[in-house]
Amino acid sequence: MIKRRADVAIIGAGPAGIAAAIKAKLLGLETVLIENRDILGGIPLQCIHPGFGIHYFKEDLTGCEFIQRLIDRMYSVGVDLILNAYVHSIEFNSYIEKRVNVITPNGVYKIDTKTIIYATGARERHLFELNIFGDRPDGVYTAGEAQTLMDLYGILPGENIVIIGSGDVGLIMARRFALEGANVKAVIEIMPYPGGLIRNIVQCLRDFNIPLYLSHTVTDIIGSKRVESVKVAKVDENLRPIKSTEFEIPCDTIVIAAGLIPNIELLEKIGVAMDPKTRGPIVNEFLETSIPGIFVAGNALVINDLVDYAAEQGEIAAEGAKIYIENSGIPTKSWIKMTLGRNIRFVVPHYISGERDVILYARVQKPENNVYLSIANLKIKMYSVRPAEMVRIKIPAKTITENHYVTVPVEVIPT
Amino acid sequence: MSNNEIELICIICPIGCSIKVYKVLDNIKIEGALCPRGVNYARQEILDPKRIVMSVVKVKNGDLPVVSVKTDVPIPKKCINEIMRLTALIEVEAPIKIGQVIVKDVCGANLIATREVKKNS
Repeated sequence: MIKRRADVAIIGAGPAGIAAAIKAKLLGLETVLIENRDILGGIPLQCIHPGFGIHYFKEDLTGCEFIQRLIDRMYSVGVDLILNAYVHSIEFNSYIEKRVNVITPNGVYKIDTKTIIYATGARERHLFELNIFGDRPDGVYTAGEAQTLMDLYGILPGENIVIIGSGDVGLIMARRFALEGANVKAVIEIMPYPGGLIRNIVQCLRDFNIPLYLSHTVTDIIGSKRVESVKVAKVDENLRPIKSTEFEIPCDTIVIAAGLIPNIELLEKIGVAMDPKTRGPIVNEFLETSIPGIFVAGNALVINDLVDYAAEQGEIAAEGAKIYIENSGIPTKSWIKMTLGRNIRFVVPHYISGERDVILYARVQKPENNVYLSIANLKIKMYSVRPAEMVRIKIPAKTITENHYVTVPVEVIPT
Repeated sequence: MSNNEIELICIICPIGCSIKVYKVLDNIKIEGALCPRGVNYARQEILDPKRIVMSVVKVKNGDLPVVSVKTDVPIPKKCINEIMRLTALIEVEAPIKIGQVIVKDVCGANLIATREVKKNS
């Protein structure tokens, strides 16, 4: 058994965890970064498309380029790393005493730490969560699996592809399949609007004439050894398939791109309060969870569209850890709750102090044009809001303090 | 030449304006863009659409079997197939550094590596 002490233990060395580690180290904290793979970087390692780092590095990079730069920056500040590390459990012993139990090929680590930043990312939703029935043949992949096969190992998983779900990873893989000479027969989306960003609809589907079926669902997968076809039907307003509209698309490969779910298992085990909307923890403005001194960042907190936001959350959490250690807790008079108003699906953070500027992330429930986003007495004009595009807004502290709010309503108001 | 109407969605910012472009001979009329950047986008898309192209290229003696590549500048859309055929044919020897030029001067761009590949030990 190896014993270690730290100010902050960061779990997960993807964009959020690495950005948190850099920031924590620069703030003078003794930092340990724990990663379960044998390499640093997380998901961007398999992302060969551009769209990364536009805010963080002010440059449009591919995922691999972005993460390599972040890793280089981390090495230049010097962070303690534990690779091949499986975090078995987290213990909360007191306000400033936590323990992370880690199993590695070199033995068991017990890391005694004042704070924890949890940055374990997300997992993909799979077929079984989508209520899609039928055979279970070979040829069904998640978008991330297809991405790993194609872009890390150079293996094309199939030739005639149907993609279920129009999340960004699915759209990006549609383009990759098309570029590599596969035939993408259809992208099937159950909602009446696409799940991914507009630029991906345009550059990944329209560029390659790939049909997008909105308000459609897959009702059946057919195939004995390998996928042979899928049955597709239109859905009604309750998202139930309309039998009479059913048609069949022959294909040999199905790619599931139906969104991501935060990885929160270890936090759930110690009783961290969760938000059923984001499926991640409930947090304050420093991204501290309901258990003091345990912070969360990146896709484990909320599913982000941009890597830049994940990295930003890592930095916010690191600042939180610093303040927490200096004050044995985050000092505040009271926490003000953000409440969800008209056309708001979720808001992160859930509680703010009003004592400092805060970055707020929100998603809407349905697309709308010509609206105001209203937060307390702050009104921000927006030409359009869409569920696929996370809203990120900086709220100045005085917006809240000047008006003595008890709760802060966030809503979308038509003009 | 007949009256040509093309519909575009602007991708410059998250608003995503629906833009209509009317093309009569050499005259282009653009409607629906909320800002001048959208007008420029539409003009570029109609006259000479360009894209960054990304793929993977085979690697000899590397710790990974392929290396990811991209064009260092956007290339004309009509050249995409040419680039893709090229990436399927070539093979590079490890080690490879990020930013290393894999193919020089193709369709007005260089094909550069976007991932490090170490020599297989």
